[in-house]
Amino acid sequence: MDLSLIIMQLLSGIALGAVLVITALGLTIVFGMLGVVNFAHGALFMIGAYAGLYLASLTGSFWWGLLLAPILIGAFGMLIEFVLIRRLYGRSIDDPLLLTFGLSYVLVEGVRIVFGSDGIPFPTPPQLVGVLDLGIGFFPRYRLFVIALVAVVLLVLWLTLEKTRVGLIVRAGARDPTIMQVLGVDIGRVWLAIFGLGVGLAALGGVLAGPMRSVNPEMGSLVLAEAFVVTVIGGLGSIVGAVVAGLMVGISISLVALFAPEMATIVMFALMAVVLLIRPQGLFGVRGRTA
Amino acid sequence: MPKSGSTPKITRRTALAGLSAGAALLAMPRLGRAADETIRIGFPTPLTGPFAAEARDQVKCAELAVKLVNDKGGIGGRKVELLVRDDKLNAGEAATRTLELIEKDKVHAVVGALSSAVQLAVNEVTRARGVIYVSISQSDTINEAKDFSKYTFHEALNPHMTTAAVARQTLKKGMKVAHLVADYAYGHEMLRGFKRAQAAIGADNVGEILHPFGAADYSTFMPRLMSMRPDVLCISNFGRDQANAIKQAVDFGVKQQMKIVVPVILHNQRLAVGPDVFEGVVGGANYYWGLEAQSKSAAAFNTAFKAANGGAIPTDYGAYGYSGVGSLLAAMQTAGGTDTDKVIDALEKLQYDLSKGPQHYRKCDHQSVQSVLVLESKKKSAMAGDNDLFAILANDTASDDMLRSCSELGHAT
Repeated sequence: MDLSLIIMQLLSGIALGAVLVITALGLTIVFGMLGVVNFAHGALFMIGAYAGLYLASLTGSFWWGLLLAPILIGAFGMLIEFVLIRRLYGRSIDDPLLLTFGLSYVLVEGVRIVFGSDGIPFPTPPQLVGVLDLGIGFFPRYRLFVIALVAVVLLVLWLTLEKTRVGLIVRAGARDPTIMQVLGVDIGRVWLAIFGLGVGLAALGGVLAGPMRSVNPEMGSLVLAEAFVVTVIGGLGSIVGAVVAGLMVGISISLVALFAPEMATIVMFALMAVVLLIRPQGLFGVRGRTA
Repeated sequence: MPKSGSTPKITRRTALAGLSAGAALLAMPRLGRAADETIRIGFPTPLTGPFAAEARDQVKCAELAVKLVNDKGGIGGRKVELLVRDDKLNAGEAATRTLELIEKDKVHAVVGALSSAVQLAVNEVTRARGVIYVSISQSDTINEAKDFSKYTFHEALNPHMTTAAVARQTLKKGMKVAHLVADYAYGHEMLRGFKRAQAAIGADNVGEILHPFGAADYSTFMPRLMSMRPDVLCISNFGRDQANAIKQAVDFGVKQQMKIVVPVILHNQRLAVGPDVFEGVVGGANYYWGLEAQSKSAAAFNTAFKAANGGAIPTDYGAYGYSGVGSLLAAMQTAGGTDTDKVIDALEKLQYDLSKGPQHYRKCDHQSVQSVLVLESKKKSAMAGDNDLFAILANDTASDDMLRSCSELGHAT
């Protein structure tokens, strides 16, 4: 087994991990800040892909789809928070869980009615078609772009949360909402924005995945399972955890695919089982946080 | 062995004939109400899950076959009813639904199942209950002596037939062949078929990768496949797995290095990922609407399907629903009812041409002997219209030689 093959394999794993990271991130932020386990996350990922496709065909450019779909679906997420989720804060964790679970069915059925159950082609943007010669092998340009874009999104997100006033409010709000309200912060608006951000990230993941996988109403269900695995491994609510675990899962799948390809999907769950045995709160999770 | 085309066949029911017969039925006084019990056909198929698109086409075509018979007055005056059940692409679910169909709904026969693993579960149940089962899923094992029963009929092509036809069109002596295979019955059987065919041709196997069934991402298999440096990559999987695997292989530049070949090229998956991705991919098929240029029965089937489905064209796996149910109903017609032994006897003797040319069930294993198409996906600029997806590279006429011999399958000859 030569070195260049292993490097190519690692790169495939990182590209795979990048999509996992961006999707798991939305899930973990919403749980970390709001305590809501969003079972509709996969469906919103799928809606994001459809919205990206629709907007791209409307404007004639993938880039508009990539930019607008997360914003639009993020806004739709805020509507969901405002109309549905908001009423359930302070109740047991099961209530929003069941609500979002039901919501995911409604969304998937809705897309089936509007767009049909067959997949729809989502062409790769013309600028990113083809492969790049890395000297040791060829790698799809589009996947390299996905890695780069996810890195940028992570950087922006991190800077916002760590270095800005908005980030300060969000972090403080997650730790003690009551004190924040006493200090005069409208915590409801913070939660609204956070849920919108989480949903927007799901939609971004969907648009990014679109040109790699076929776009169909069921595409979110597999992603939801993967995102949960990543979130659990990283620690529920931990942003760093989602990033590390997402890349870890992607790379593990990829390396296992090299030696025992038929095990490629199972390795993700095996990894989760091992982590849960050693650190039940996940790699970066806080003890006692898990509901 | 009857020579294709030379034997009298059941003439197929065109939409026109159906209409006039329907009118004749209205004019006929309906006598013998007591014997007028509806004939019920159970139809388990995976309406949900990754094969849903193909399953829905199967249902549409099966319903068309039933409609055409009912329009002509049914079978011996009895109406036919299709009872569709979602098997959820799960063997346990399929077995339960099939048992329900037999016990509760009292079906007279079962047609259906799309996944090779699921059809074997259905077959277990129907075999145990002594109910006729016409399978419309690809399988190499259902005809083998251990899974076979006198109640089991296999209308679909089998992996041995499609892989041999595809290999004949694409492989040459000394070529290097790599395989990407779904890790379940269908994939294993297709791999076995390809390996057998490539060995006969003298092509070399350079490696095979088994992937988990239903995987969303195939990128992690690509570097190793590329490093094998094959001339031909055979991708043996089904439904959305096929769409995703081909799309991602193309993304990785596989097509610049090698030809992509699939045992069964799927109409719906070609639509789902577009012409650019599928361009040049070669695969086998039981049916393609473009066959109408060569086959009268295909033209008539297309016309009837379009009339019943708002102008849509029938697809490959859909056609199985039509020929599976259609052949069963034709046999019931001959048998004059639903008596199991009489219908089995009629099916064994049946010469039918419903959608693609002459077909018959081979006596020893009840495999339908039929033509095999080899299709190549057209490039976008070569398409005459939205439905002009494939070029027909070959249409191998029906012959017993396509099949493994009865003794090879373990049947007494």
